[in-house]
Amino acid sequence: MVFMPIVEKYRSKVQEVVLGATRAQGGTRDFTVTVGGEAALPFLHYEGQIPHRPLIGMEIWDTAPADWPACFAPYFADSFRDPAVWAQRCVSGYGADLVVLHLKSADPDLLDTSPEHCAAVVSKVLNAVGCPLVVLGCGKPEKDNLVLPAVAEAAAGENLLLGLAEQNNYKSLTAAAIVYKHTLIAQSPIDINICKQLNILITEMNLPAGRIVIDPTTAALGYGLEYGYSIMERVRIGALQGDAMLSMPMIGNIGAEVWRTREATAPAEENPGWGEQHDRGILWEATTAAALLQAGLDIVVLRHPEAVRLIRQNITELMGGRGV
Amino acid sequence: MFIIGERINGSFQDIARAIREQDPRPVQAWVRKQEAAGARYLDLNTGPAAREPLKAMRWLVEVAQEASTLSLSLDSSNYEVIEAGLEVCRRPALINSVPAEEPKMQCVFPLAKKYKAAVIGLTMNERGIPKDAESRLALAMELVLAADSCGLSPDDLYLDPLVLPCNVGQNHGPEVMQTLRQIKLLSNPPPRTVVGLSNISQGTGNRQLINRTFAVMAVACGLDAAIADATDGQLMEAVATARIIMNLDIYCDSYVELYRKQNTVHWI
Repeated sequence: MVFMPIVEKYRSKVQEVVLGATRAQGGTRDFTVTVGGEAALPFLHYEGQIPHRPLIGMEIWDTAPADWPACFAPYFADSFRDPAVWAQRCVSGYGADLVVLHLKSADPDLLDTSPEHCAAVVSKVLNAVGCPLVVLGCGKPEKDNLVLPAVAEAAAGENLLLGLAEQNNYKSLTAAAIVYKHTLIAQSPIDINICKQLNILITEMNLPAGRIVIDPTTAALGYGLEYGYSIMERVRIGALQGDAMLSMPMIGNIGAEVWRTREATAPAEENPGWGEQHDRGILWEATTAAALLQAGLDIVVLRHPEAVRLIRQNITELMGGRGV
Repeated sequence: MFIIGERINGSFQDIARAIREQDPRPVQAWVRKQEAAGARYLDLNTGPAAREPLKAMRWLVEVAQEASTLSLSLDSSNYEVIEAGLEVCRRPALINSVPAEEPKMQCVFPLAKKYKAAVIGLTMNERGIPKDAESRLALAMELVLAADSCGLSPDDLYLDPLVLPCNVGQNHGPEVMQTLRQIKLLSNPPPRTVVGLSNISQGTGNRQLINRTFAVMAVACGLDAAIADATDGQLMEAVATARIIMNLDIYCDSYVELYRKQNTVHWI
């Protein structure tokens, strides 16, 4: 008997979002990338077209991270102090599709660097790599409202993916994205209702829906991954059923969540039964990412080069061998 | 559930005069009003008094299309009038309507196929409107089978169980609700359902309240579309809310505004 898969028909598809801008488009990137466009649930190629593979972004900081475990040192130790070198290493050494620059130094509780300093760091990283760039603020809204508009202006026309816009803090970043031609990450706290509402608020300011990427927020494996997973799944099903305000591609900040869990970082001596920390941490990150790719993530943001390698292989296989 | 805006009808004096004088302004004003209020289709009816109904329907279609990109529902019992309209429709239209009468079905379904239109099928025949759900469903099945034999998918068939005014046909109410639910079991994919909403309140003293209460109850029974006045703001709010409660739309604080808007904004 021939196996006949049950094929779902969907009304709609995910928005396509382009990141980066080449010189001809007003930026300086060597190439742009496109995410989204799926007309089916993740990797169900027989149900609808999946025109773009999910992308891997590698997270870098603008200051040497004090709390990253020692298993990163062999890969990055010499580049931690220079985000430009770190970015190059991610792209040419480890095959990152995107560099995700986290402007940690701006945090008032850390180095409290100035918006001008942050804008200069972004320009430096843009000069160092040719791929599209994702830029995240320090995470403190008052400071990010000063930093991110300055970054947006300094990188005008580059079509950065800028974040984070949140329900109570989206106006200045949205305005900056409109004026300086960037794309926005709209983050909601594992809450589909706020996710949708925020997209409405942002589009009401006249940023097109095609310039928004959703960050539905997630937790690492063992810390509530399933909540993030089910929200992403509902967002994606909503998009396919024609809900325009949930139809944007999704990004997941996985590395940052995973590498603060005990399971990823505790040394083997603490729990000998858990095995070596190096392998365990990498697998924790890769497993979290692999699960969330199945929920519909379009961009996974990772830290460890070995996790990147595993996930790239996973994506290639799921896309039917289409190259990474 | 979406709304097929019903106001562009030659039974109204302003539309009748517009048709007579070939003045597009009153028609287009209603087109824009219904669209802004959240209608997804616009129902066009030349009215009984139009002297040249074929010409009038063509004119209404062209005038409506100048002002809006909404799809059109062509409302007439004269199929020559419907075809005249279909010939000039730029987007797939809705034929309103056909009863479960063999000769009429054999005329309308091939027409729908030819113009890629959907059809509203009425669960009535030469003997009139049935009293109970079972007889309505039997006619619904006849409509599904006739459509299928003409190559029309049940997706493109909107079955109207025919509601009567609640003051005179009170016993029809529960039968209509039951019919709406059971129509979904007739085929796979299931046929769609539609009602002429304002029929429920004809001759009553509290029309809008009755209309929107019925709309909400019908959404709970799976209703897909209603021919109604989209400019009735409270109706639209009630329908948007019913859609949330039935898990047809994902909740967000602006769900009412979004329901009004998403019928007209084409994001992709």
